This record gives sequence, structure tokens and C-alpha cells, in this order.
Amino acid sequence: MNLEALVEQGAQALAAGLMVGCVYGLLCVGLAFIFGIMRVINFAQGDFMMVGMYLAVFIASRLLGATLFGDAAPFIAAALTVPLLFAAGAALHRLLIARTTGLRAVGLSADGHQAQLVLTLGIALILQNGALILLGSTPTTILTPLSSSAWEIPLLYDDFSAVFINQARAISGVLAIVVALGLFALVSRTRLGKSLRAAADNPEAATYMGIDVDRCHRIAFAIGSAVAGLAGGFIVSYYPAQPFVGVDFVIIMYAGVVLGGMGSITGAFWGGMVIGLVQQLSTLVLPLQLQNAAIFAAFVLILLLRPQGLFGRNVERA
Amino acid sequence: MPRALLPARTLALIAGFCLGWFALGFVVQNSYYQLLLTLVPIWAVLGVSWNVFSGYSGLNSFGHAAFFGLGAYTVTLGQVMFGLTPWAGIPLAAVLGAVAGVAIGLPTFRLRGIYFALAMLAYPLMMTYVFDWLGLQEVSVPLRREGAAWFMQFSDTRVYLGIALGLLAVALLASAAVENSRFGLALLAIKQNELAAEAAGVDTRRWKLRAIALSGAIAGAAGGLYAIVLLVVTPSSVFGMVVSAEAVILPMFGGAGTLWGPVIGAVILVPLAETLRAEFGQFLPGIHGVLYGVAIIAVILLAPEGIYWKLADLIARRRPATAAAGLPEAPAIPPAAPPRVIGGALLEVSGLEKRFGGVVAVHDVSFTVRQGEILGIIGPNGAGKTTLFNMLNGIVPPSAGDLRFRGGSLLGLRPSAICRLGIGRTFQVARAFARMTILENVVVGAQAAHATDAAAWAAARRALGLVGLADAADHIAGDLTTRDLRLMELARALAGAPVLVLLDEPLAGLGAAETEELIAVVRRLPAAGVTVVIIEHTMPAMVGLVDRFVVLDQGRLLAEGAPAEVTRRPEVIEAYLGRKWAVAHAPD
Repeated sequence: MNLEALVEQGAQALAAGLMVGCVYGLLCVGLAFIFGIMRVINFAQGDFMMVGMYLAVFIASRLLGATLFGDAAPFIAAALTVPLLFAAGAALHRLLIARTTGLRAVGLSADGHQAQLVLTLGIALILQNGALILLGSTPTTILTPLSSSAWEIPLLYDDFSAVFINQARAISGVLAIVVALGLFALVSRTRLGKSLRAAADNPEAATYMGIDVDRCHRIAFAIGSAVAGLAGGFIVSYYPAQPFVGVDFVIIMYAGVVLGGMGSITGAFWGGMVIGLVQQLSTLVLPLQLQNAAIFAAFVLILLLRPQGLFGRNVERA
Repeated sequence: MPRALLPARTLALIAGFCLGWFALGFVVQNSYYQLLLTLVPIWAVLGVSWNVFSGYSGLNSFGHAAFFGLGAYTVTLGQVMFGLTPWAGIPLAAVLGAVAGVAIGLPTFRLRGIYFALAMLAYPLMMTYVFDWLGLQEVSVPLRREGAAWFMQFSDTRVYLGIALGLLAVALLASAAVENSRFGLALLAIKQNELAAEAAGVDTRRWKLRAIALSGAIAGAAGGLYAIVLLVVTPSSVFGMVVSAEAVILPMFGGAGTLWGPVIGAVILVPLAETLRAEFGQFLPGIHGVLYGVAIIAVILLAPEGIYWKLADLIARRRPATAAAGLPEAPAIPPAAPPRVIGGALLEVSGLEKRFGGVVAVHDVSFTVRQGEILGIIGPNGAGKTTLFNMLNGIVPPSAGDLRFRGGSLLGLRPSAICRLGIGRTFQVARAFARMTILENVVVGAQAAHATDAAAWAAARRALGLVGLADAADHIAGDLTTRDLRLMELARALAGAPVLVLLDEPLAGLGAAETEELIAVVRRLPAAGVTVVIIEHTMPAMVGLVDRFVVLDQGRLLAEGAPAEVTRRPEVIEAYLGRKWAVAHAPD
């Protein structure tokens, strides 16, 4: 392979990595609300995303009709999933998750993490297999002109090399950045954000300060669910939905959150961005089928090489 | 007394269950239901495998499909490519499972809690893609007409049932042997408080590696047999999430950390799921997955410990608890401690230093602990006392300096190794194995010094007698008062036959009378051949107890010497004791 072709491929992979990285970043921000801030393990986060993907497909194809809103239909559909998943997340938290989190988890072994893991594993199994029963295993996607059209950015060194920017991915990426910035402002600027952080840092102390910790957890869980669904709506404009799609993405999300540092919203976004770049750049050296294997390997390496950032309580008073 | 490794009752139950289940194979004629009967013990074996590791040690593995899938592919590919008989292939699968367990465990045990669970999840998913990429999307076991028995191919499906039950019996025997030996007690200690286990002489990393190797072996064998019974393997059917989930769900449903939990889970859930799949699978393809999801949510909400304990609780409520067996009397406590004979250097600390990032917690500290003395370490909060202890018993590696115990260096040793050299330890916040009895807590400590279980149990009883807790031996540690917790921790340290014990604020949270009691116990230790280093703030008690003081302030050694001398030094009064103390205790 000559140098020009290599540069072209590299630039193409980089552009793709940046675009999917933005959406992965948003996914990680969603998980950061649940896992990073609230320290609640949600195994079903990838499946919330899967639900968002199917909802967006349904809304775009059945309710909106591609003609009425034109190219914007998929993104409007994605936005419409937000209230649905917010409500679903809040309800799920109230009915199930709350029994293993917040103040009630203080006395449980390992702060209730084992119970959360298993509980949300159960939710994940129900969502995955429920989707299989209701929707079948055929991959579905929103087909719009955007999915198959690209902007062509010529590379300067000759007349025919160019980087192709898929329009659906690019718009999704930009929207993901906007939403992530909004969520960051929510956490750092607003009163709600302050209570969320307080409830996360020390649920007991926050209670004595008059903060309704269970409500904070519920809101964080609902926001996290809604963000997962929204990102799923973006993703389905260029990546097909199928019932088990969440399993691959849940690893991407945890990898990003852990890489970015627990509890940090901006960190989670950059973590997701790095994972997106790793995934796309790995195609330069690895066969396409091993793309996700590369992410999982990266995830395990991140966990192993940055232990101080992970269970950073080595200094605990024995 | 320690339990028998394989009590007759356990053997009888295992034999009874396997024979009874085998008999069902003669009742059921339909070949589909015979296959179903065979799948129950196979999945139960996978459940037992998860339980041997995660159930006892508390480290959640969400990736047992990695071992199961490797076993399945080993047996299938071995036969396809090399004509290897499953009779050798299944043991080979077990060996490879054990190797995979160690290979995965070695790096992954650096992680704790949820991070460990998440990393374990990634391994089988990775393998799914790798096996796909290798072009092994679907591998069938070739049909053999010649030497069918040699290739484990039988027209009578009851033979498979027998083999599966044989494998289950082996797995259950292994699990029972773990549960009833120091292996199981070590894993339980790790589950309840890993740091305390390590400080009590349990080499936590080695036990965890052994457990995951055994677990991987059992899961590998289960996967191998599964491939032979189903005749075809695909990456998602043996490495998939549902397999890993099943390994977790069956034991948790039945009762994690119990011998029969995985079997109970498999007997209830597997037939239910398979029947649903057979009846509704055509138009409801994921129905068994939904069932597993519902089952696990119900268990977590209604019976978080599993069915086994729920049943055990029900039975126990109906039958009044039997009175605890009579305990031997505590040995007579010598009324007063004989005068101490202080010998040569036992532990030499030189130039010890610890930095956490930019913070210097301990700076250039040197002192010597002499054989047979009681050395007090005092200093204001944040002086570095606990950090110093953490370096002395290997929990925290020093940034610089040297530690020599009886002439040998302690640097680079794990806490468990240091414990076995003869340095015991208690913690500022008592670290009990909350769900074990007091006696079992102390046995964990005793096992470090005693090769046989019988000797360890005897030593544990002696140590309990020494601290005056013999009567409470069968109480659950989680129910103890602060005083009893402190005494229990001390007994656990003493049971390991230490030469030196490090006591970190043993009097914290105790009343005046209780302080007296504990001081009396500590005072007797040098006569029993145990040198003591004690951190404590209760000055009046300390002045009467210790032979020498080491005073730390802001990580530095401020003073060292006999109590009467040190407490008069102006810099000690300034930094720690305060002027009031100086006035009250001023020499006339």
C-alpha cells in the first residue's frame, strides 16, 4: 500500500472516529449520571439505548412520515424518545432500582452493588428477549437520504483523494456535542445539579441537609435513561438496531466512563470519544470483525493499567 | 472441631440426588424430555463452577461463558481436527479451563468489586468476536458409525444423562471439599473482608487463583459435555451473554455460596425455561431469556439470599434452635503479669518514608522494637501512626527506608506473608468477618500458623480463652459489642502464633471498665512470648502499660524513650499532650 492511500485511509478512519466518538461520548455522559455520579450499576444501560433506537425508528416511520419533516425526521424522532425514556427510567427506578440504591443501600453488602448488578442484569435480559419476541431479530434502521449521502472533503496533495463524511453521522455527532454541553451546564450550574452531586458524594449527609436523596437518584437515573435513548435515536440513523445491540454498547459506555474518571461528566464525554477513535482506528490494522474485540481489549487494559483512578481508596485508613 | 472434608450426610445426599435423577430417565420415555433431564445437571455443573469461585469468594464473575465456551470448542475441535475422543477431550477441556482461569485471574484480580465484574464480562464477548473471525461460526460434532462409544455417541440418551450426573457428582464433591476445608474458610474471609483476611495471614491472591482455576476447570468440563450432547457449537451459544447469565442466575436463585444452591436453581429454572422454549419458542423466540430475567429480579427483591436460605429460615422457624453445645472453660487467667524481660532488637525500622502524591505521611522514621516489650506509639491525629502500621505489615509499600524483622527484610512482602513470619495486626476500625462465628473468625487467623485444620481449631480455642471470649465462640461476629469485637480481633491476631502484634487503637470506643479488661489482656502478652506495639490515645492507660513510647508528629519522629521521660519533654507536651496535661502531671 502506498503512502497516499494510507494517509487517505487514516484520515477517513480519524473522521469516522471523531463522529462516532461524539455519540459514544453522549452515551457515556448518560451512563455517567447513573454510574459515575450516583454509583449505581446499570447493566441494562445498553438496552435502554436499544429501546431508544427502536422507538426512534417507530416514531420516524409511523408517526412522522419521512416526507413531512424531510431529512430532519430521524432527529426529531430521537428527540421525541426523550420524554418517553425519562418517564420509563423514573418508573423503573421507583419500582425496582430504588430498593437497592441510595440510603437503603448503606447497610447492604458492597453498598448494594451486587444486588444492582443482578437486578439490572435481569432487566437487561427481559428487554433484550422481550424485543426479540416483539420485534424479531431482523436488524432495522431509519433509511433517509442522509444515511447514504456524504460530504466530500478533498485532501490537498492530489486531485482525487478525499475524505467522505457521512451526513447522518456528522449531524448526529454535532447534536451529541450540543446535548452533552447542556447536560454539563445542568450539573455544574443549576441547583438540581448541586443536589445531585451532594446526594452522590454522601447520601447520608445530603439527607441531613434537606436533600431528598431518593428523588435525586430517581432524576439521575431518568436523565441517564433518556440520554441513552436519545443517543440510540442518533445511532439508528446510521447503525441498525437489533435486540442484542445493547451488549456491545454497554461495554463501550463503561469503558468510556471509567477512562474519563468516575463522577466526571466532561471526562465521560472524552472517554467515549477515545473509545470511538480506538474503534475506528483499529480498522486500519485489524479485520473489521475484530473491531469490537479491540474495544473490549482496550476496556480491560484501561481497567488494569489505571487502577488508581478506579478503586482509588488505596489510602483508606485501615 | 473442624468439619469433616466430605461428611457422610453430604455424600449420601449427592449419591441420592444423582441416582434419583437418573431414575427419572427411566420414567420419561420421550427423547426430548430425556435431553431436558440431561441439560439440568450440565447447567447445574456450570452453576457449581460459578459458585465455587464467586459464591464463596464474593468476586462476581459475569464471564463464566469464557470457560464454558473454551471447553465446548476444545472438545468439538479436538474431535473434528485431531479425532480426539471426548473421553480425553472433556478432561483436556477441564485442564484448559483451569489454565484460562489462571490466565484471566492473574491480571484481573487487581480489580475489585464492580470493576472485576465488568472486566470479566468483557472476556467472553471478546472471544465471541475472535471465534467468529476465525471462521468457527458453526462447528458440528461429526457423526461416527465406527466406535461410537469411543466418541461418546450413544443411541440411548440415558447414557448422556449418566455421564452428566457423574460430572455433577464430581463437581459437587469438589465444592463440598472446598466448603469444608480451609480453602472455603479463606474464600469466605475474602468475601467478608479482604484486607482483614490478608492481615490475618490468608494469601488472598493465591486462594483466589486456586478458586478460579478450579472453577474454570469445572466450567470447561461442563462446556465440553454440552457440545457432545447438543452436537453443534456456535460462538453465541457457548460464549454468549445468556450462558454467563445462567452461570450467575442458577446459583443466585438457589442460594449463592451454598453447596446445593446451583442444583436447586438448575432443577427449577432449566426445565421451566426449556419447556417454555419448546412450547412457545416458535412464536416467542426469547421467552426463556425473559423468564430468567423475571426469576432473577424476583429473587433479588423477595429472597436476596436465594431459595435455599429462604427454606432454611422457614424450617428453622418451625423448629426451635438447638442450644449451643457446651464449651470448654477458658483457661485460668494468671492474676498479674510477671515482670518483663526485654531482649534484643526484634523489628528495626530505619529511615521509613511514605508519600501519597505530594503529601509526606511518614518522613524518615527510625526506631527499634525490642523482644518482649510493649511499645506505645502516640501522636496527634494525622501524625502518620496508622500509615506506619500499614507499612509495617505490608498493606502499604514504603516509598523509602528499610524494615528488618529478626534480621530479614520485610520489604515487598504481602501482608499475609508478613503475618506468617510472625507479625499480627488489629485495625483501628475492627474488621470482622461479619457473618462467621467468633470461632471461625479466629480459625482464619490460626490457619496461617497451623498446617492441619484440627490444630488450627484447637489454637483458635486457646486464643479465645486467652482473651476471655471462650463462652461466646459460637456467636456471629456481626452481632458483637465493640468490646467483644476488639477482643475477637486480638484473638484472631494471637491465633496466628505471632511474635509481634500491632494493635491500632484497641481501646477506641470502650468504656472505663472495658478499657481495664483489655489493658489486662495486653499486659499479659509479653509473658506469653508476644511483643506488642500499640497505638492509642488514652494516655493514663498507656503510661501504666508501655515500656517505651515513640512519639510521632506530622509524620516525623518527635521523641522516643521511657514514659516518665517522654511525657516531660516540652516538644511532646506542645505537639500532643497539651499544657493542661503538663500541669496536672507536673512533678512536685
